[in-house]
Amino acid sequence: MREAVPARKGAARDSVSGLVDDLLAGDKRAAAKLISLIEDDEAEATDALARIFPHTGRAHVVGFTGPPGVGKSSLINRLVRRYRSRDRKVGVVAVDPTSPYTGGAVLGDRIRMADTGVDPGVFIRSMATRGHAGGLALATFDAVRVLDALGMDIVFVETVGAGQSEVEIATRAHTTVVVEMPMTGDAVQTMKAGILEIGDVYVVNKSDLGSEDVLVANLKFQLTARDGWTPPVIRTAATEGRGIDELADALDRHTAYLDQTGLRAKREVARARLEILENAQRLLSRRVANRSRLGRAFDALAEDVAARRLDPHAAARKLLWPTRPREK
Amino acid sequence: MIPIAKKIRVLIAKPGLDGHDRGAKVVARALRDAGMEVIYTGLRQTPEDIVEAAIQEDVDAIGLSCLSGAHMTLFPEVVKLLKKRKSGDILVAGGGIIPEEDVPKLKKAGIKVVFGPGTPLRDIVAFFETAGKGA
Amino acid sequence: MRAEDDRKALEKEWKRWEDTTLRPALESFPERRKEFVTTSSRPVRRLYTPLDLTGKTDDERLGQPGEFPYTRGIHPTMYRGRLWTMRMFAGYGSAEDTNRRFKYLIAHGETGLSVAFDMPTLYGYDTDEPEAKGEFGTCGVAVSSLEDMRLLFRGIDVGEVSTSMTINSPASVIWAMYLVAAEERGISMSKLRGTIQNDILKEYQAQKEWIFPPEPSMRLVVDTFEFGSKQAPQWNTISISGYHIREAGSTAGQELAFTLANGMEYVRWGIDRGLKVDDFAPRLSFFFNAHNDLFEELAKYRAARRIWAREMRDTFGAKNPRSWLLRFHAQTAGVSLTAQQPEINIVRTTIQALAAVLGGTQSLHTNAYDEAYQVPNEAAARIALRTQQILAHESGVANTVDPLGGSYFLESLTDELEEEAYGYFDRIQELGGVIPAIRKGFFQQEIANSAYRYQREIEDKERVIVGVNDFVVDEQPELEPLRVSEASLKAQVERLRRIRRTRDAKKHDRSLDQLRKGCEGEANTMPLILDAVRAKATLGEIIDVMRETFGVWEEPLLY
Repeated sequence: MREAVPARKGAARDSVSGLVDDLLAGDKRAAAKLISLIEDDEAEATDALARIFPHTGRAHVVGFTGPPGVGKSSLINRLVRRYRSRDRKVGVVAVDPTSPYTGGAVLGDRIRMADTGVDPGVFIRSMATRGHAGGLALATFDAVRVLDALGMDIVFVETVGAGQSEVEIATRAHTTVVVEMPMTGDAVQTMKAGILEIGDVYVVNKSDLGSEDVLVANLKFQLTARDGWTPPVIRTAATEGRGIDELADALDRHTAYLDQTGLRAKREVARARLEILENAQRLLSRRVANRSRLGRAFDALAEDVAARRLDPHAAARKLLWPTRPREK
Repeated sequence: MIPIAKKIRVLIAKPGLDGHDRGAKVVARALRDAGMEVIYTGLRQTPEDIVEAAIQEDVDAIGLSCLSGAHMTLFPEVVKLLKKRKSGDILVAGGGIIPEEDVPKLKKAGIKVVFGPGTPLRDIVAFFETAGKGA
Repeated sequence: MRAEDDRKALEKEWKRWEDTTLRPALESFPERRKEFVTTSSRPVRRLYTPLDLTGKTDDERLGQPGEFPYTRGIHPTMYRGRLWTMRMFAGYGSAEDTNRRFKYLIAHGETGLSVAFDMPTLYGYDTDEPEAKGEFGTCGVAVSSLEDMRLLFRGIDVGEVSTSMTINSPASVIWAMYLVAAEERGISMSKLRGTIQNDILKEYQAQKEWIFPPEPSMRLVVDTFEFGSKQAPQWNTISISGYHIREAGSTAGQELAFTLANGMEYVRWGIDRGLKVDDFAPRLSFFFNAHNDLFEELAKYRAARRIWAREMRDTFGAKNPRSWLLRFHAQTAGVSLTAQQPEINIVRTTIQALAAVLGGTQSLHTNAYDEAYQVPNEAAARIALRTQQILAHESGVANTVDPLGGSYFLESLTDELEEEAYGYFDRIQELGGVIPAIRKGFFQQEIANSAYRYQREIEDKERVIVGVNDFVVDEQPELEPLRVSEASLKAQVERLRRIRRTRDAKKHDRSLDQLRKGCEGEANTMPLILDAVRAKATLGEIIDVMRETFGVWEEPLLY
């Protein structure tokens, strides 16, 4: 397998193993290059991830979801500062949507963290969703693994807050924080379906629009215990730095809770199952899309289904187990 | 799912105190409209801030904007720091209020191109498109 | 308002003209474009007639010059009584450098001073602070201390000439330095005439020279209103600005609306402080852009006067007619100048200056032709000044009041702009007011959108910029940029060191302590700042105390 990583015009080629060695030694440039490798789905990406994986599992991953404009970036910035003041190393992966029309994106979350970017104990990476549905990029959690291997103690993942991102992040992060803000007036808000089930911590961030009291009360009323953990509702005013300590405490408590109850290990297995399936699906999709024998077989199956010679479920079985005898 | 094509990543930065961000924002949008991923650093960045961001974001190029006349100090400093951090392959372009006289000096200091006032957006986009063509 | 019969007659006549004269003409001579628009992309019709003026009486729309609603001008005689002040924005390098430029401009006929400060000063940093590295004097004069202020005005009688200072976040401190420097020369505050820009709201929206968050910043501004109304009654303690909003990319309508919305916000805060509106409103002044589209600019100024008069009298209940007057300074549009074929900027500036004068400005700065790429050199600055003098003495436009009043086109546009402004006022209200809208990034987003649209129009050649996307030549103009000397920088740093070394340290520390306490409490900060200045505290030291107490603003991110 080709080891060298494609580089920019004129740049020296780094080798994957070299990059991984540097990563494990704490080199930020190597971390950045590896994330790009994975993001760009280069041929070396799988190799890189295989080398990195054994060095992961230490970092605590906190996902942030919530509507755009609610203040996730500001909150994360404040949390970064707080964790840094306790000498913890912090990584941030901030995801913004790719424009479906142009394929481009303006990644604007970093700007909110301007004062922490140069801190040697902080690594911030902005990612675009690049067509992936929901509020995350395909490579988001692999990027998290790179930061884990880099030595970060805690990694914050900030999603776009649209679509199915809440569910996605809840299945992949250790702690999921749902950030909300009150809308105009005191009217009780209709929460998005499912959002009350996926959060481990709920934050009501100050806004000029409406009163937090009603929203906080509403949340407290509706949230029930899940796996023995009742999600706390924290009030913050991110731009003023209020409520940050309470939020950090809640995160720490949840972390401890996962360890004490053995839930962390349980969820790790559940996560692994999900990820293996996703990877398998992706691999299969890729394989049927190319000019291989399987790809041609797939094309033939599709023709058969379209011509009503075969039903789609049978076709799927044939794809997975091509030698199985046809069922009558 | 088919792998998504590699994207060109660009950092648009405002070094120093200058707060005139109209041009930087317009360029950021134009680059996005051309399909690139643009990280805009916001105002009041030091050269250290900019280089650190460029490295973490693994960008292909940096666009520096300055309209206050401080470019001769700030732009070369960015190039110097990039080289120090083994990231001299990141292309650096400059724009803003920069007298013609200063352009050769900036180029000598490692700024690949200087976009003066009135430069068409398509020229700027074209430059950043070349930045992404890897080996 | 025309009677129904007159209206019908006009409509009939209009139809006739369209059928018999216009239509055949269009057939042989189609128009150059499908749609004609202003610089702000506002559609402009082929012809304006009395039919376009409906909905208002002549009294409501126009009134008389010097009378409510002041559409035709704030004075009955306007330039026949007194010409606008020719006030050229100047500043670069050290105080000595700029002092020389001031004297040059005065010698050549300018009638008011206007100070441009460098980036570090605008952001409250002393020249020797790390943030100031590379930024000393490049786009304005560095003023870090009282001594700099003295040097800046050496040999100039500030008791006689009015001075405008373009300074915002640190405005109270710079003003205090000016006041103390004058005091040392025996000139009392009550005699001083001038303006501090001091318009923090537009900083968040457009110019971005903010330091502290909105609430403490507004407190500082109202402190100056309160202080000024008693101690310096001839001083304009604010210049509510649209210039920068426009330069950042807004349309004329947005410039008008956002500026007046900001103005009304300042009035609200003054009233909330407990000040009587008539005590401070007469000293509120404005600052507008003078951009390319002559008639749109004229309409903008007239709509501004009309709206402000109405709001001040009817919404805020001001009784003194001086509170209803919108007095403004104008500057020709810097952003419209090109680095290509720079001499043609003289033409642009002339047309823009004409707009400001026809629009009834009280004070005017005309840009030098080299502004697109450097701080103006003397020769270029002189031409800009001469432009105003030719307008004043040779063009005839200053010989009559509101010469274009009554033009169907102009009055129709004025009505349109007024309506657009009220539309924006409603939207801002819905967002909770000016400061909540700032926090939501409303203004910033509107401005960025207009800027992007404008640029796309240029890219697509829908909009021609002579010398840039059409009528291009391949020449490199011979330019000689003004350079800030190393010697000036060294002298400045040395001066700061000496000041810190030789001042009375106890007095200095005590004054900053008092200032801190005052900032934490509710005292008016001006007397405390004045004491700190007298105790030789530098700009950076005073602003640092404020930074500690008030905190620093983080802007919402938008494109």
